[in-house]
Amino acid sequence: MTIEMIKSLLHADILYGSKYLEHEVNYAFSSDMMSDVLAFATDHSALITGLCNPQVVRTAEMLDIVCIIFVRNKIPDQNILTLAEEKEIVILCTGHGMFTACGILYSNGLLGGA
Amino acid sequence: MEEQLIFNYTIPGDDFTRAGEASSSVKNKLKKMGLDSGTIRKVSIAMYEGEINMVIHADGGAITVEISPEKIRMILADTGPGIADIDKAMENGYSTAPEEVRSLGFGAGMGLPNMKKYTDYMNIDSTVGVGTTVTMDVYL
Repeated sequence: MTIEMIKSLLHADILYGSKYLEHEVNYAFSSDMMSDVLAFATDHSALITGLCNPQVVRTAEMLDIVCIIFVRNKIPDQNILTLAEEKEIVILCTGHGMFTACGILYSNGLLGGA
Repeated sequence: MEEQLIFNYTIPGDDFTRAGEASSSVKNKLKKMGLDSGTIRKVSIAMYEGEINMVIHADGGAITVEISPEKIRMILADTGPGIADIDKAMENGYSTAPEEVRSLGFGAGMGLPNMKKYTDYMNIDSTVGVGTTVTMDVYL
């Protein structure tokens, strides 16, 4: 599934990475605990999270995650966006909660990475 | 790669937002050296978890990364409180991290298990009240 498709399905705003909308995401993983993400997520995934701090981007960087989706209208601050730009990781924000965001993506064919 | 490369990092303990910068630097170096992505991923995750642990539990410390033709060795040394029960600390889900750390997305009790999972060798040398040294190898 492309990041463009994810953006559309979740009615998400894109805060960084509009030039990467055509990139493919193979799997998704959702958690607010970054160690769980580090334990189980696969590369080239999307990370769906309600946690909003720079370590989310660091975690994504270590795992070669290509897109972070912040749920529940969490808006990352400029530090987070600057880091995402440096690491070329797309940042999306949606008003949906975690469960609903995951449900929408799963029912449209995006599978879990673990 | 004939000779051994050594990189040293000082990890500040007072700034959680900067935790991970050393791991990020190592990841970039390994990429530039052209190592395969699986190896880079293992080193990056293991070192990042260790770096986070240092900031959360030990007020920072020092990391040395040695790259030889056979392996990448990471030595993480701190002068923090030490680990009272290493076997317990290695259990999935066991954590002594305070609630504040959990709210930052860590302290789920997966740090040390993750470090073991992503490395080929790991040794923890810890004395309560003195500090902890974790040595991890990823074979090339």
